[in-house]
Amino acid sequence: MLEVRELRKEFQPLSGQPVVALGSVSFRVESGQFVSIVGPSGCGKSTLLQCIAGLSRPSAGRVLLHGREVTGPPEGLILLFQEYNKSLMAWRSVLRNVRFGLENRAGMSRVEMDAEARRYIELVGLKGFEAHYPWELSGGMQQRVAIARALVRRPEVMLMDEPFGSLDALTRIELEDALLRLWESLRATILFVTHDIEEAVYLSDRAYVLSCRPAQVIEEIEVKLERPRNQLTTREDPRFIQARRHIFELISKEMAKG
Amino acid sequence: MARFPGKGLAVLLGCLVLWEVLARQSGALALYFPPASQVLATLAAILGNGELLDHIAASLLRFAEGYALAAALAVSAGLCFGLWRPLYALFEPLIELLRPMPSPATIPIAILFLGIGDQMKVAVTVYACFWPILLNTIDGVRAIDPVLMNTAATFRLGPWERFRKVVLPAASPQIVTGLRVSLAIALILVTTSEMVVSNDGLGFYILDRQRSFQIPEMYAAIVALAMIGYGLNRLFLTLDGWAMAWHKGLTRKEEIL
Repeated sequence: MLEVRELRKEFQPLSGQPVVALGSVSFRVESGQFVSIVGPSGCGKSTLLQCIAGLSRPSAGRVLLHGREVTGPPEGLILLFQEYNKSLMAWRSVLRNVRFGLENRAGMSRVEMDAEARRYIELVGLKGFEAHYPWELSGGMQQRVAIARALVRRPEVMLMDEPFGSLDALTRIELEDALLRLWESLRATILFVTHDIEEAVYLSDRAYVLSCRPAQVIEEIEVKLERPRNQLTTREDPRFIQARRHIFELISKEMAKG
Repeated sequence: MARFPGKGLAVLLGCLVLWEVLARQSGALALYFPPASQVLATLAAILGNGELLDHIAASLLRFAEGYALAAALAVSAGLCFGLWRPLYALFEPLIELLRPMPSPATIPIAILFLGIGDQMKVAVTVYACFWPILLNTIDGVRAIDPVLMNTAATFRLGPWERFRKVVLPAASPQIVTGLRVSLAIALILVTTSEMVVSNDGLGFYILDRQRSFQIPEMYAAIVALAMIGYGLNRLFLTLDGWAMAWHKGLTRKEEIL
């Protein structure tokens, strides 16, 4: 359903040789799956997501969503950013931020949009904060607002660019579980980029490990752990530990090279 | 800006008392430096008999026309320049050359083209107010975070929606900053152009009373001008505080962190 074929992205700096961010990246994401992309810092993970989201043109290769080539931001796909404080609209309340996700949908009245927005605000656990401004909330709460704003559109695919990267460890655990619950009830497809190996294993059905720049997929790992996952038992499961160890070794080897 | 706190008000009153005392030191001095009480009494008199009101009205009308026109032109131009960088690159040297030139220097040119009437005064006011609003608008648009623009893109906003729902509100705090700077400039240019050539307006009145040696009237009109400036600024801050409440809250939060 979401297919990335031999994606290549070069940047031309003001002087000197072009920088190849993505060498040749290929992978598939099946509908309804939770797939992670793990790789060393600076390996082009964000660039990859921008290309998939249609925000940046690849230098070569293609992204196919349901067999159709992505040339601009496609319908049914939303990219969620790590920088929630820059992505949310500081001039809009929580309710109006979430409603933003629906505003350019034809055939919905203001009342319907507000009702739907309120429903998703409740789903992400922010009931009672509708009238607050984002900057009045903690980081974790702000990212919940951004998640609600994305999910209110009922996207088939949600791309998440290190969404919990700037949150503290406890908030992060909380949001991982909140995200899994939402994903299980809404059944969207999630492509989740992270440099946190444990996070990737904990959340995913499948993880793709990227090499250093120029990035390519060096391994595909199937995570066969039962759902619903549990922060204690899942993380203590020998299969979890084995997967983590395996990815860690792959990435260490990469980083030693780069 | 906070409302005058008690201590600030005391300093203000102290200065008025000092003015009063100094001016009463000699009769000769009081001829060109009349005591505050006399100036305020004169102000009350010329306001009461309607003498000053026509001049205030004439100045305020020029102010309103010039300021509104400048705001409309400069915000529009600033948004275009901010959104379209090649256009800005093309005009940047021109803007950088014209901007620092003291704007009263345009009055003689404006007189050549527009004569000595209201058009000339409004035109120089527009010219002077244009720059701060233009440059702040450009900066405001260019400072919009790419993450915010990418957010608009991933939500598939069309160009007009992107402009209306993202660019304009995101740049608005800085546009307001430009508008505030130009508020004072507008009053300066209205007064200056009226002093150069006019037969009404506060600028004309002040200079005219000085030339005809009606010194208390001259001071009274200057006090009126100061009060108008203060009042306009207060009005602006009230509107700003109401419309930009979100931004005040955000910056307060950032200061705490």
